[in-house]
Amino acid sequence: MRMRTVEIIVGAFVLAGIIAILFLIVQVSGVNFSDAETSYTVTARFDDVAGLRPRAKVSMAGVNLGRVRSIAVDTAYGEAIVEIEIDGEPGNLSRDTSAKILTEGILGARYIGLAPGSEEETLQDGGEITETQGAIVLENLIGQFLTSLGKD
Amino acid sequence: MENLLRRLGARALLRFQSLGRATIIWIQAMGWIPTLSEWPLLIRQIYTIGVLSIVIISLSAFAIGAVISLQFYTQLSRFGAEDAVGAGLALVLLRELGPVVTGLLFAGRAGSAITAEIGLMKTTEQLSIMEMMGVDPLRRIVAPRLWGGIISMPLLTALFNMVAIYGGVVVGVQWLGADPGGFWSGMQSAVEPWEDVGQGMVKAVIFAIVVTWVAVFQGYDCEPTAEGMGLATTRTVVTSSVFILAIDFFLTLLMYGDF
Amino acid sequence: MIEVEDLCFVRGEKVIFDHLNLKIRRGAITAVMGPSGTGKTTLLRVIGGQLKPDSGRVLLNGRDVCTMSRDELFRARRDIGMLFQTSALFTDMNVFENVAFPMRVHTDLPEDTIRDLVLMKLNAVGLRGARDLKPSQLSGGMARRVALARAVALDPDLIMYDEPFTGQDPISMGVILTLVHDLNDALGTSTLLVSHDIHETVSIADYLFVIADGKVIGEGTPDQLREHPSRRIHQFMHGDPDGPVPFHYPADDFQFDLLSEAE
Repeated sequence: MRMRTVEIIVGAFVLAGIIAILFLIVQVSGVNFSDAETSYTVTARFDDVAGLRPRAKVSMAGVNLGRVRSIAVDTAYGEAIVEIEIDGEPGNLSRDTSAKILTEGILGARYIGLAPGSEEETLQDGGEITETQGAIVLENLIGQFLTSLGKD
Repeated sequence: MENLLRRLGARALLRFQSLGRATIIWIQAMGWIPTLSEWPLLIRQIYTIGVLSIVIISLSAFAIGAVISLQFYTQLSRFGAEDAVGAGLALVLLRELGPVVTGLLFAGRAGSAITAEIGLMKTTEQLSIMEMMGVDPLRRIVAPRLWGGIISMPLLTALFNMVAIYGGVVVGVQWLGADPGGFWSGMQSAVEPWEDVGQGMVKAVIFAIVVTWVAVFQGYDCEPTAEGMGLATTRTVVTSSVFILAIDFFLTLLMYGDF
Repeated sequence: MIEVEDLCFVRGEKVIFDHLNLKIRRGAITAVMGPSGTGKTTLLRVIGGQLKPDSGRVLLNGRDVCTMSRDELFRARRDIGMLFQTSALFTDMNVFENVAFPMRVHTDLPEDTIRDLVLMKLNAVGLRGARDLKPSQLSGGMARRVALARAVALDPDLIMYDEPFTGQDPISMGVILTLVHDLNDALGTSTLLVSHDIHETVSIADYLFVIADGKVIGEGTPDQLREHPSRRIHQFMHGDPDGPVPFHYPADDFQFDLLSEAE
């Protein structure tokens, strides 16, 4: 075969491989390269994040608003501090927005669901969501259920 | 008894000797940086090693992706967890099956071809005459094949994963009717770009090094007879497959093991 | 040109060369002859630096091949052309590319010049018309001629032939005989030829060495050797089946062997 043809085919092969890698990164692992556009960060404290992972989605009414950037623990209070990245300019969420850790289906991944508040003032970059509800942990639920049974 | 020990010792020494020879060949060949006139050698090897493996890799990938999707769907739908099909499929492929199956196919398709080719060149004294012409066969023959394999295999692994996920989509979503939104979002929230995609690629690179190394060494070191060549080709497939599976276990332990 | 001094080479238990001494003159055709298994091919590989001797020196233009570094050795080999017994053509290239190979690797000549040179070399061996054939399409004799054209592609100072006459039909034998002779004369190179085909070798060699048991047992011009007093040389030169080199591989007494029980 002519060397030129071989070179063209090999070039196409390498390109296809790179496209496949990009596909895996973008479509399969869901890395969003549009991060850089505009976004701001707020924090939220939860008593239990149980299974929430960085880059988990943050949504309101089922629509993606942003993602979890990092999760740290505050050992003094026994709380998890979650940094949340919200797409767009500050001003789209009211100050008393509440955050809840939810699960997609029974076995699905954890994500943060936001519910709108009623105040006029909005969350600014670096602000904090104070209304939070941690993840529902199955063991705790069962424990509560059993103790309530005992009381009767 | 003493005799047995002595024989075992002699065998061990032989193994060490061949490992040593293999290492020397590998180091000498890996240090190769192609000059302008040597680029075509590398390109041609990427063609024969990589491009010509695309068909078998894609066919296997599609079939494997489809069957995994089918298995996951039938099991998970009993719990109403169809959304986890995408996550399971992607994780199994990216972390294990992608690199391992590509490695095994690669050993069978490209590794054996490399061994047979180099073995034939040795048997017909082409390597020897090349040396006598003042051309180093390690640079001219061995190095382009090593590098061709190391470049091709990660690309093939990425293609394998992509096609396999497509096969999973065809069966899971288009045929069995899993919800595409849940399929993709479940996958995206489960898959980490470095931990899963990146480390899977690291595995692919390591397997590529192992397979090409075994293939090249077996060819270069084979007994220069027709029988020796056949033996070397078989040995390439067997040895590199065993190595891939063993190394994969330890890599998985290292990458995903919890301790 | 080449001086082999006190060369000793042992492979396993077998002593192949035992203090071998040879001198090869510039511009002449020197032949090394000896029965099969005396290490003639090994000698060429030692001179080419592919095998390291256990002791002794091989001087190529005054420099010791055995102590050269890998790079020096590869550079020195560019001035040596070699023809293997098996021709060893590159099976993935056609005839033209085979001959062009050394030029492409070792020179920066433009494509036009390479084409002219290759066609010249192929013309010299009479295979200009076969330039597009693959090695698998060639007969044994043609393959050897292509290998010869390739060996002289860079106009080497020294050409080494390993059994060039073996396995050739009478016509291609004659062709190769003429080519070896003409190439030596035309290019002014030195030729080292190892062979056990006495008649052909004697007819073109200027000087001959006969080796056996790792030593030179006789040397001289063809005429001197024909009249050599030694019985062994006489046996070899005339091809007598029995003599100092026995017809039989060492064995027990034949009668005794026949009478003894089968194991």
